Order: sequence, then structure tokens, then C-alpha cells
Amino acid sequence: MKLHSKAILLVLALGLAACTNPGRFGAGGAGGAGGSGIDAAGLGGVNDPSSPAYFQQSIGDRVLFAVDQSSLSADATQVLTQQARWLANNPEFTALIEGHADEQGTREYNLALGARRANSVMEYLVSQGVSPARLKTITYGKERPLAICSDEACYSQNRRAVTVIAASGLS
Amino acid sequence: MRLIKAMTLAVLCLGAAFPAVAQERSGPLRIEITEGVIEPLPVAVPTFIAENPAAQEFAESITRVIAADLAGTGLFREIPRDAFISQVTSFDSTIQYSDWKAINAQAVVTGAVSAAGDGRITVKFRAFDVFADAPLGDGLQFGGSSASWRRMAHKVADAVYSRITGEGGYFDSRVVFVSESGPKDARLKRLGVMDYDGANVQYLTDSSSIVLAPRFSPTGDRVLYTSYETGSPRVFVLDVGTVQRRALDVPAESMTFAPRFGPDGQTVLFSLSEGGNSDLYSMNVNGGGLQRLTSAPSIETAPDFSPDGSRIVFESDRSGTQQLYVMPAGGGEPSRISFGQGRYGTPVWSPRGDLIAFTKQNNGRFHIGVMRTDGSEERLLTASFLDEGPTWAPNGRVIMFTRGTQGAGGEPALYSVDISGRNLRRVPTEGPASDPAWSPLLK
Repeated sequence: MKLHSKAILLVLALGLAACTNPGRFGAGGAGGAGGSGIDAAGLGGVNDPSSPAYFQQSIGDRVLFAVDQSSLSADATQVLTQQARWLANNPEFTALIEGHADEQGTREYNLALGARRANSVMEYLVSQGVSPARLKTITYGKERPLAICSDEACYSQNRRAVTVIAASGLS
Repeated sequence: MRLIKAMTLAVLCLGAAFPAVAQERSGPLRIEITEGVIEPLPVAVPTFIAENPAAQEFAESITRVIAADLAGTGLFREIPRDAFISQVTSFDSTIQYSDWKAINAQAVVTGAVSAAGDGRITVKFRAFDVFADAPLGDGLQFGGSSASWRRMAHKVADAVYSRITGEGGYFDSRVVFVSESGPKDARLKRLGVMDYDGANVQYLTDSSSIVLAPRFSPTGDRVLYTSYETGSPRVFVLDVGTVQRRALDVPAESMTFAPRFGPDGQTVLFSLSEGGNSDLYSMNVNGGGLQRLTSAPSIETAPDFSPDGSRIVFESDRSGTQQLYVMPAGGGEPSRISFGQGRYGTPVWSPRGDLIAFTKQNNGRFHIGVMRTDGSEERLLTASFLDEGPTWAPNGRVIMFTRGTQGAGGEPALYSVDISGRNLRRVPTEGPASDPAWSPLLK
């Protein structure tokens, strides 16, 4: 119960920090609750700030892109700054960055575009101090859409780069 | 495939049994494909004669395939059999020209099939120009295993098509493609190969990993494609006969995709992505000889050799949007050839060398188009929500491509269209299909 409310506060703090000052998180970042005693193979609880589930749901594992673009928006850099912080505080994890495109493009161009988007994320994380040795990129082009309608409501969700946390090593 | 490889097609010229009579008409029967045919030419294909009982089952089937090949071009219209005035009862007797004129048949194709005890069949045919009262070339005979009866039918149709159009045929050919199943957000893909008309499908891979954009070698014996089998996109080569596959020996940390064979069957062109930047490379299919052909911070992909191997056409967004460029085969300064509105991708050089087919995106629509190799005379052949990835028929007169439909239930299918923009047809496949690549004409 105590842990639970603490985590909620942490999420709130992170959210506020993200809104007002993306570059600074104070002491709230990580390292607080949990950290050890976690099964490294599992996702862990979403309330545990050192868990991949927390990374995915509370920090946000993805950033979105404009049509045919790979530059990072202000929203994206806020999320990625938190991702970098999380990775700094959880050195036992590595990450695979998946780059995706929407269906409005030819197949092979979209593979190249997805690679570019994944790399944008990787470069930003590295600029925030994450070792490139812990990061790997992959492109899925338009092969793995998240949303399947054929209009901007779905396309905007599909133009994404997703940071997938892995317990150890990179496959 | 093994069967086809093992099969030998014996071709025998039957000679001109019927000397051509004096022609009243100014020229021979001829269709100009490039002009676009509005009124298909009426052709009669009486059921081929079965010369022995064992040939019975093949005679009807072969006749149907020949008629379907010809009618499928949009250049010919098959005259229904119940309109025939005279029946063809002997392969060696001449036809009654007046009977075929009366039903306005411009051409008549007759033939016979015989089956030997060893499982081989022989198919022979003659073609006639009805209004010239004359045979259309010599009779021809094809022999092969009965399992290859479709190929023999395609060869007959190719010969008839060639005699009337003056173009090479394309019916005796194969198409490698991606067979798709499952929902749009978890699509399963596997490589398939089939006859150009959708018959004789064989699967070359399972659907355990994503496979994309296969391409035949110049002899049709191998296929290059992109697979996620090792975790990230990588170029593979697969032997069509044995279905053995292996990854190309590229730097392990890179992502590679968009592979194409050079006309020598050894050189492989592909895109290699490193640090988010995709450039064009070439290497030997058996390993070694890795050569970087472009060095730009932009996306360079979808390359294709000219048929003589001297130049490469590719797409690049170096100008800010996807456009087409041509450069020397060894790399060097590219020149831009696409200047119209919109984005251009997936350029493919015609086997005749005269045209480049491409995908164009403009105003939220996709088109398949063709242009001269210098970018002039651009013509759009199709328009839809999603048309992409043209591939040329072996004679450079027909293009096959992927057409996708929109929405949550959207699925891709294969279509073909003439370079005149006419005769848009769906290619029959068992399920959703994408990324077709046409083989050369089979030997």
C-alpha cells in the first residue's frame, strides 16, 4: 500500500516534470522503490519504477513522428529524456529500438524510414548518456502497424519508434 | 519446380504444309500493342484433337489454357465454340477459311495432343490468318512430361501471340511473390512461386518470420529477398529447386534489404542501413566484393540494373522527397530523372531497356507508371488507394504490381496491366498476396 501510493506520486512527479521542465527530474527519477529482488526475466509490476512495465506504461515506450519525418518533436524528447534517465538508473537492462512507418509509402522506402526513426531515438538516448553498447535498432517499415484503420487517426500512431526493454543482452 | 527443371521441351518445326495463297490484304495479321487495343481480335481455338485415348484429358485442358492466355492479354477475344460452323477433325487437313470468315474469326489455332506410354505428351499446333487464307507461320510441336502440360499450352500461346503481335511472349513464365495471411497488425508472410496466371503455386518458405520483396535471378533458378529470420532485416538467397536458403555475407551489425540480381546472376545490389542511413551497395552473391555505391545522408534504396548492366536506377530522397535517379553501375554521379508532381519510388528497368516502371504517390493516391529512361514521356497506368512495386513481364509489355485496399480489413492482391494502361486484371491467388516479381521466359 505504501509502495503503491509512492509509485503514484512518482508518476505524478514525472508527469509534472515532463510538462514543465523536461531536462530536470530532481530526485524523483528512479532508484526509489524496488530495484532489487525483481525477476529480471519478467516485466515486473507497473508500480515498480525499475520494472520494464513501468518503463513501458508510466514513462512511455514510444514516440511519434510527422509524415515522412524522423525528427523528434518536443513531446518526443521529453519522453526520451525520461527513457534515458530510466536506462541510466537500471543498467542491467538493454533496449531494442523499433522504427515503424505508416502504410502511406512504398515498402522498401518505409524500411529505410523506419531505420532512420529508430536511429533518431538512439542518437538522442546516447546524447543523454546511455551507452550505445546497450542499444540496438531495428526497422519494421510498414510491416507491423499498431492501429489498422486507413486514416490519420491510425497513421499517427503507426509512425512511431518503440523502445523495447530487454533484461540482458540483445537478441 | 524440380519437375520443370528436369523436363526437356522438345521443339520441332512441322514445316509449312499449306503454301500461302495470294493475299488480297495489304499486310499480315498484326496487333500493335503499344497503341492500345480497343477492339480485341476475334480468335477461334477449337478443342485440340486427342490423337489417342490417353491424350483425351490433356487435349481439352491445354486448349482452355491457350485460349485463356490469349484472351487474358485483352488483345484477343475467344469466339465461343457453339458459334463454329465447321469442326476441325484432323490436324493435317487445312481449315475451311470461308467457315471461319463467316463467324468473323480473324485467327484460328488448331492443334493435337498425343500421349506416350512413358508419361510424355506431345502438343502440336498450327495458326491460321483467316482473311489472308493462309497459315500464320509454320506448325510447331512441343514435347515434355505430362506434368508440364500447362507449360506446353503456354508455349503454344506464346508462339501464337508472338506471330500476331511481333513481340516476345510471356505466358511460359513464373512469378515469385509474398503470400499473406492473418490480421493487418500481425500479418504472416511467406514466399510463394506460381505460374504467371496463378496456377501451380508452391511455397518456398514458412511464415515464421517476415519475408519481403523477392526477386528472381536472370535464369530464374534463385530468388533474393529480405527476411527477418535472424531478428532484423537481412538479404537472403534461396535456390528455387532445392528451397535451400542462406543469408548473404554482409556486416552482421547492419540491416540489409531491397536486393536485386545483376544481369550476370552474381552481382547483388541492395540497401544497407547503418546509423539510420541507407545507402546502396553491391557484392557477390557468394560473398566478398562488398562495394559501397552511394555515400549520402539521404535514403538510397530500391535499386535496379539496366538490362545491359551498365547503369543503375534507384530512388533517393536527397532532394527532400523520394525521386528517381540513374547512375553508372559502379557508382558515381547520379542524375535525377523524375520531375513531376509527387513522390517516385520502386523504379524497375524494362527487360527491353526502353522504359522504367515506377510507383508514384501524389495527392494521397498511388499510381503505377512508366517513363523513358531519361525521365521523359511519363505515363500513369493505374490509380488507387495503394498501388506499388511494379515488375515487368519478360517481353516488357505487361506490368504486374501490388494493389492494397484500405481499412482494418485491407488486403493486398496482385494485378497486371498493359503498358498502354489497358487490360487491368486481378491475378488469381489463393489468398492475399503482394510483392510480385516476374521471372524471365522459361527455357
